[in-house]
Amino acid sequence: MIKVTDLCIVQGAFELKDVSFEIPEGEHGVLMGQTGCGKTTILECICGLRPFRSGTIELSGRIVTHLKPGERGIGYVPQDGSLFATMTVKEQLSLAMLIRHWPKEKIELRVNELSDMLGIRGLLERYPHGLSGGEIQRVALGRALSSGPSILCLDEPLSALDDKTHSEICHLLDSVKQQASVTILHVTHRMVETRRLADRLLLLEGGGVTVAEFSKSRSAEDG
Amino acid sequence: MSDSEAYRPPSDTPFFVCLGLLGGGYILIIVCMILANSTFTTPGHLLAALNAPEIRYAIRLSLISCMITTILSLWVAVPIGYLMSRYQFRGKSFVDAMIDIPIVLPPLVIGLSLLILFQTSAGKAFEKVFEDFMAGTGLARKMGMKSITYDIPSVILAQFMVACAFAVRTMRVTFDQIPVRQEHVALTLGCSQSQSFWMVVFPQARRGLLTAATLAWARSLGEFGPILVFSGATRFKTEVLPTTIFLEMSIGNIEAAVAVSLLMIMIAIVVLIVVRTFGLDSRIEGKALR
Repeated sequence: MIKVTDLCIVQGAFELKDVSFEIPEGEHGVLMGQTGCGKTTILECICGLRPFRSGTIELSGRIVTHLKPGERGIGYVPQDGSLFATMTVKEQLSLAMLIRHWPKEKIELRVNELSDMLGIRGLLERYPHGLSGGEIQRVALGRALSSGPSILCLDEPLSALDDKTHSEICHLLDSVKQQASVTILHVTHRMVETRRLADRLLLLEGGGVTVAEFSKSRSAEDG
Repeated sequence: MSDSEAYRPPSDTPFFVCLGLLGGGYILIIVCMILANSTFTTPGHLLAALNAPEIRYAIRLSLISCMITTILSLWVAVPIGYLMSRYQFRGKSFVDAMIDIPIVLPPLVIGLSLLILFQTSAGKAFEKVFEDFMAGTGLARKMGMKSITYDIPSVILAQFMVACAFAVRTMRVTFDQIPVRQEHVALTLGCSQSQSFWMVVFPQARRGLLTAATLAWARSLGEFGPILVFSGATRFKTEVLPTTIFLEMSIGNIEAAVAVSLLMIMIAIVVLIVVRTFGLDSRIEGKALR
């Protein structure tokens, strides 16, 4: 569950006041709004990457407002994937587990499990340079899921993909939600993604977030 | 035929000719300078220079002091470059301006400022502590240096003051080019700031580090003004290669001065070749995912 209460963000002239919303456990919440309205800023506050003036952030029943990003149990997928240029795909998937001192065998098992789930088994020894947009997003998703977070924060992860890859990753996100039992906050400005993936649509407009009605499409083709 | 279809853009030839002439002219002067130097001297002069004990001492001191200066510069440039690239803090503009001072100041002024600094009571006290340390540990006898001013440490300090500023600038640009979002991802994965720096950022800064090292090294090798003022030009003590050129020129031994110049050019070319050979990494070079 993701619960944001009275979040107040002030950065120079930019201001967001009393932002409150909730995404229930296991749901895929999509946050939409105009460009520059503060969607990514809210997501970064939830991840612990950006300071804010006041408010409370609760993730899976735990108040995380003052916790470091790594203590929040979040997997973060930025828009461009932001893969680490000097690490192989396998090293990227292993990093979170290495830091947590998981045993080598357990890391190996988890990397194999993730790479099978995301269809990147053949990429494990590759470096990010030369991967396609879809492959980059798959690896970024695997890296975010590697330590088993309960929350997944996606910042426009599909915006740079072609239609076919977009549809593939949508399928993948659906299956990840089921298999990894994660609650997802997904920032986007594309309605097609919302109709395809969202359980709940959150609209950021006029400095506040409201839950909006929308009709969900049954398949990618509908979207 | 409509107006837009009939339109033909002007020729690109004058543009490229200008680029070629301006760029080519500069490259030509560099090549001519090196050729002129090479033809002025003979292998005999070069060998004689290499065999002269004072020049051998200058070569050794230049290479050792440049290496120490480069290492010291990188130690300082990496943290300052990273701080300036990533963080906003009170007084940042002041720090930024201070870093540029050794770059914009005339070299002689840097040497004079260092000399005056070591004439202040704090400077004298520091030098006394250094002298006592060197004498107490027996390093003064072993390494042949007793104090800072007009001794080998002053050569390294004078080189460091200028070279480090260039290394800092290079490292800052390097860190600026590494997307901060990668560090954000690392933090959400559970890394501390330090782990994120060493595991994610630093490996990507390898080329920048090499460039900063090359710049610092090359800058140190060519440093003359501050060394002349702060360290003097004593043979077998504070004589580095640029000092040799100056001393040989001042006694009218042009052949030796040119031979040493040529030697410095060859060292610089070797360094450039080594850096370009070992510094290139297709995985990282300009292809890091943003």
